[in-house]
Amino acid sequence: MKTIAASTVKDKVSRLITECLIVPDRAVTSALTSLETPNALEREAARLIAENNRIAEEKRLYCCQDTGQAVFFVRLGDEVYCKGLKDAITTAVREAYGNARKSVADPLTRENTHDNTPAIIEIESVGGDELEITFLAKGAGSENMSRLYMLTPADGKDGIVRSVVDAVERGGRNACPPLVVGVGIGGVTETACSLSKRALLRELGKNNEREDVAALEREILKKVNALGIGVAALGGTMTALAVNIETAPTHIGMLPVAVNLQCHSVRHGTVKL
Amino acid sequence: MTEKITLHLPASEEAIKMLKPNTFVSVSGTLYTARDQAHKRIAAAIRSGEKLPFDLNNAAIYYCGPTPAANGNIIGSCGPTTSGRMDAYTPLLIENGLKVMIGKGVRSVDVTQAIKKHGAVYLVAIGGAAALYQSRVKACELIAYPDLGCEAVYKLTVEDFPAVVTIM
Repeated sequence: MKTIAASTVKDKVSRLITECLIVPDRAVTSALTSLETPNALEREAARLIAENNRIAEEKRLYCCQDTGQAVFFVRLGDEVYCKGLKDAITTAVREAYGNARKSVADPLTRENTHDNTPAIIEIESVGGDELEITFLAKGAGSENMSRLYMLTPADGKDGIVRSVVDAVERGGRNACPPLVVGVGIGGVTETACSLSKRALLRELGKNNEREDVAALEREILKKVNALGIGVAALGGTMTALAVNIETAPTHIGMLPVAVNLQCHSVRHGTVKL
Repeated sequence: MTEKITLHLPASEEAIKMLKPNTFVSVSGTLYTARDQAHKRIAAAIRSGEKLPFDLNNAAIYYCGPTPAANGNIIGSCGPTTSGRMDAYTPLLIENGLKVMIGKGVRSVDVTQAIKKHGAVYLVAIGGAAALYQSRVKACELIAYPDLGCEAVYKLTVEDFPAVVTIM
């Protein structure tokens, strides 16, 4: 059994959160910097976002004011003992969001919790002696534009393509493009939703290892970019940077498709303990 | 970018008429931040005839909830939030003098009609460019609803805020 102190978890996660909130995924900035587009507005918007990301890093400012609700995906090895793991993550959120925006409120009274807790924490039990904690900051602008489609098996691949393109067409302009489009297919409702969010964590430029899924990703990306929404929704060619699909087996009578949109402020990272 | 078109706030209806849709404009002057909960309160105050937190006449609202000011800065990161969430309140505010709105994303048919009828303008700022906009804020003062935290109303003095003329 490997013992990991809660204080170690708290310190590492707190630092991880702060770094993620300041510097978004560098692959996004380089994609924006090398964008070639005939649309002058899109070109200027791409330049401004790249400049924003540079200013954020230089001045140690949060790249986006919506520092999001804190989402964690934890892989806990069954040879690891960590007393108070969830509390340690919650304390890290409280600490790291001290200077960030407290964006969490009661859904009915809208009263703010004032420390950005609770975080959304999914813990998965795996083999081994490693504890892996992945943080994802999720802002409202893109999360609000996410959707769940309960298709039938007869809808098939065409239905999947139609649904994802529909979600981007209806919500993409509000979601701060260029987007990463996370798609979760299969399982039950929450499986599909969780997969669609986990799909956002994939390294940009990589396709699913399954060739049929990778082909679907390429097809949808092409269709999504043909919508012409463009950077900052000012019209243009770069509506999405990637379409990432994750799948799980589902019921013979079901085809759930969840679409989770990620804005260009792609803020996630992982610590391994 | 070719020539830089500027808009000084507060703006008159005449100054707004000079703008061209689908072009970048450089905004300078006074902006008031307001988002979901501040709009709810301002709309309630208009309906009940109470005093408003600022003079809406010819005013400009920036849909924004900044991160807290830290490390000696006057304001934290302050990019635009999704304007559509304010659509339910916006026509009432426009009828009461609001002239300029800055935010991100699409607006409803009702808001578009109110903007056109009253000679107002909706400018789209670059979503997620919060550090860039932070660097263009020259003064920041908390003027209303401090209990709302980041949703409170701040009076901002800005210089060279880039935004795109979208509805007018």
